[in-house]
Amino acid sequence: MGERKLIDENGLRVDGRRPDELRPIKMEVGLLANADGSAYIEQGKSKIIVAVYGPKEVHPKHLGLTGRAIIRCRYHMAPFSTPERKSPAPSRREIELSKIIREAFEPVIFSEYYPRSMIDIFIEVLQSDGGTRCAGITAASLALADAGIPLRDLVAACAVGKVDGQLVVDLNDVEDKEGEADMPVAYIPALNQISLLQMDGQLTEEEFAKALEMAKEACMKIYQLQKQTLKQKYVEAKEAVEKGEEA
Amino acid sequence: MSITPQTEPLTKIKSRQMIEFLKSGKRLDGRTLTQHRNVKIEAGVIGKAEGSAQVTLGNTRVLVGVKIETGPPYSDTPNMGVLTVNAELLPLAHEVFEPGPPDENSIELARVVDRSIRESKALDLESLVIIPAKLAYVVFVDIYILNHDGNLFDASEYAAISALLNAKLPVVKVEGEEVKPTGEFKELPVRECPISVTIAKVDEALLVDPTLEEEVMASAKITITTTSTGKICAIQKSGGGAFTPQEILEAQRIARSKAEEIRSLIPGWGGRCG
Amino acid sequence: MIALPLLVERRQLVTPGDLLAEGDFQPGDNTYKSNGKIISQRLGLAEFKGKRVSVVALKGPYVPRVGDLVIGRIIDIVLGGWLVDINSPYTANLSVSDVTGKPFSPEMVSLSRILAIGDIVVAKVAAFDRTRDPAITIRERGLGRVEGGVIIDLTPTKVPRLIGRKGSMINMIKQLTKCEIIAGQNGKVLIKGRNLKMVELAIHSVRMIEEQAHTSGLTDRIRRFIEEEKEKASRMI
Repeated sequence: MGERKLIDENGLRVDGRRPDELRPIKMEVGLLANADGSAYIEQGKSKIIVAVYGPKEVHPKHLGLTGRAIIRCRYHMAPFSTPERKSPAPSRREIELSKIIREAFEPVIFSEYYPRSMIDIFIEVLQSDGGTRCAGITAASLALADAGIPLRDLVAACAVGKVDGQLVVDLNDVEDKEGEADMPVAYIPALNQISLLQMDGQLTEEEFAKALEMAKEACMKIYQLQKQTLKQKYVEAKEAVEKGEEA
Repeated sequence: MSITPQTEPLTKIKSRQMIEFLKSGKRLDGRTLTQHRNVKIEAGVIGKAEGSAQVTLGNTRVLVGVKIETGPPYSDTPNMGVLTVNAELLPLAHEVFEPGPPDENSIELARVVDRSIRESKALDLESLVIIPAKLAYVVFVDIYILNHDGNLFDASEYAAISALLNAKLPVVKVEGEEVKPTGEFKELPVRECPISVTIAKVDEALLVDPTLEEEVMASAKITITTTSTGKICAIQKSGGGAFTPQEILEAQRIARSKAEEIRSLIPGWGGRCG
Repeated sequence: MIALPLLVERRQLVTPGDLLAEGDFQPGDNTYKSNGKIISQRLGLAEFKGKRVSVVALKGPYVPRVGDLVIGRIIDIVLGGWLVDINSPYTANLSVSDVTGKPFSPEMVSLSRILAIGDIVVAKVAAFDRTRDPAITIRERGLGRVEGGVIIDLTPTKVPRLIGRKGSMINMIKQLTKCEIIAGQNGKVLIKGRNLKMVELAIHSVRMIEEQAHTSGLTDRIRRFIEEEKEKASRMI
């Protein structure tokens, strides 16, 4: 720690961003033909692909719940996603993240519409450069919407952290590893609720309150991008055919 | 893969009663919303372990044993000792616990406790290296759940930090390739006393130290760990619900003040803080 | 009185979480109400009818409703009947007595001689609730095993668009292509016709509906498409 400066004399970060600036984000939906819904996200150098299957029949049947669909979630990192090969067997970290990501979606999915069924969310991190649980949540929201699963809202997620004593959003890998704190947040704008919150490192009470506010703002920017992405394909198709008509 | 758990709901009568009580600021066991159950902490209960402690929070009972060995440090932290936290949800603690490899609940529990200790820098890992990149102390914290009546995160965390404060470090000497115990012991370098406080959201109420019944009724929980200097060092939201930002800030205030109360009960900390 | 705001236009593209209306409105299909706000649950097109605000979903799973016409595939034979995949989270049951009109007796001929695994049936949903899998029937005119034709997939939420208002779209395609078209509510469409070219045109029309369900002027576009293609084909002969 402290081996390298994470904020320069101009107040810019290692990758040239301002403290409240997100990394470049690219999102895409509906790219996997077999899945009921799918999405892809690139956030900085992190690359994640998500597939959603369902609601579908539960096997064996007794595992189903009578009043709602069960949600299954797997967050998994590809062996080649990190500088050193990661064993493909799920690590303790991946098991924990699968759980809290599932819990981040429980409040938005209208699971009560599909009793005795299940909805699968598969998140594969293809390249990891920090913030993969948040980017994974952002993409999984798109995949769920793409599958046509009824949602109270999209979930947008982003981390806020502290590097060189300063609060910054959307940490990259270096900032995450060498910084003083990391706080991933998943936000549900329509309900004004937070469905994932974790923190490690150290923050004062004031910093914490400010970090929460910054996370909300960052999530709102991501939320707008999510909505645009979902609409894009349809808007393009509509313009293409309706323009042809006028001409 | 994480799967929506199957939980046995409370009877309608009981859940209605709980919510009615909460509306008047009371809980079924007579506590106020921000009151802990009876906290009992006993350190040094297992003589064969380098450190140990048993915590009871009402009917929740957790035993933590600390074993210390020597071994190679992690390659990315060659100048640090190793801390490993593991949790066992023993079948004897509740009928829903099954024997077998750790499931997501025990892994989450261990990782939340690990984060509290690691991120508060409670254990001075830098002083636990013997030969950089070659040999270091490895501190195993094993959490044993003996009876589950809710709030395992906090009971385990209090037991873990108490066991570490209670632990003695076996002094070793290195002769050539051999590591030999000298038979002497010194204090384990514990510099901080992180305290987690778990708050459950039931209906609209925020409840400190939830019982199992309250956890069943809760939409979500949040565990916030603070240090003796008042810094937040770990947070974990768990459960399938969500909190408004206002609720989170409120939970943070509650956690901060309750942590001070609990910290005064941790055996061995009082003597070190000054 | 303050005018209560309706926040989107008719047929506007909306996503889950989009605020559609505030105040004195009722949530219709694919929307929900929270703190006086009507919010979309799905990606789709906004619709209004009086005070009711709804969303026509562009994509979504098929959930059976009693009376729905469905096209399913026999996937298993069990005691007393067949299990039928109807492209839904719930596998349908088709009972022997429904098919043969006689009560089931175990010594009866092998069920696979009546309907074999892999057979396709056109059926109607006879019963379904939250606690039990749907029961389907084929004891009605026009229902039963499919003997020929092509089955193509259409997103279940777009089947109403294929049918059109009072059948306008599907009837037009049938008329122009001279094909028999059966639209299963579960997103399976059966197309039968003698002329291969016409079958192709009907299939292409359904694909156009898949891709352009959210656009306006679709019926005219499909009519033009079929007519132009027919003309091209006739010139070639």
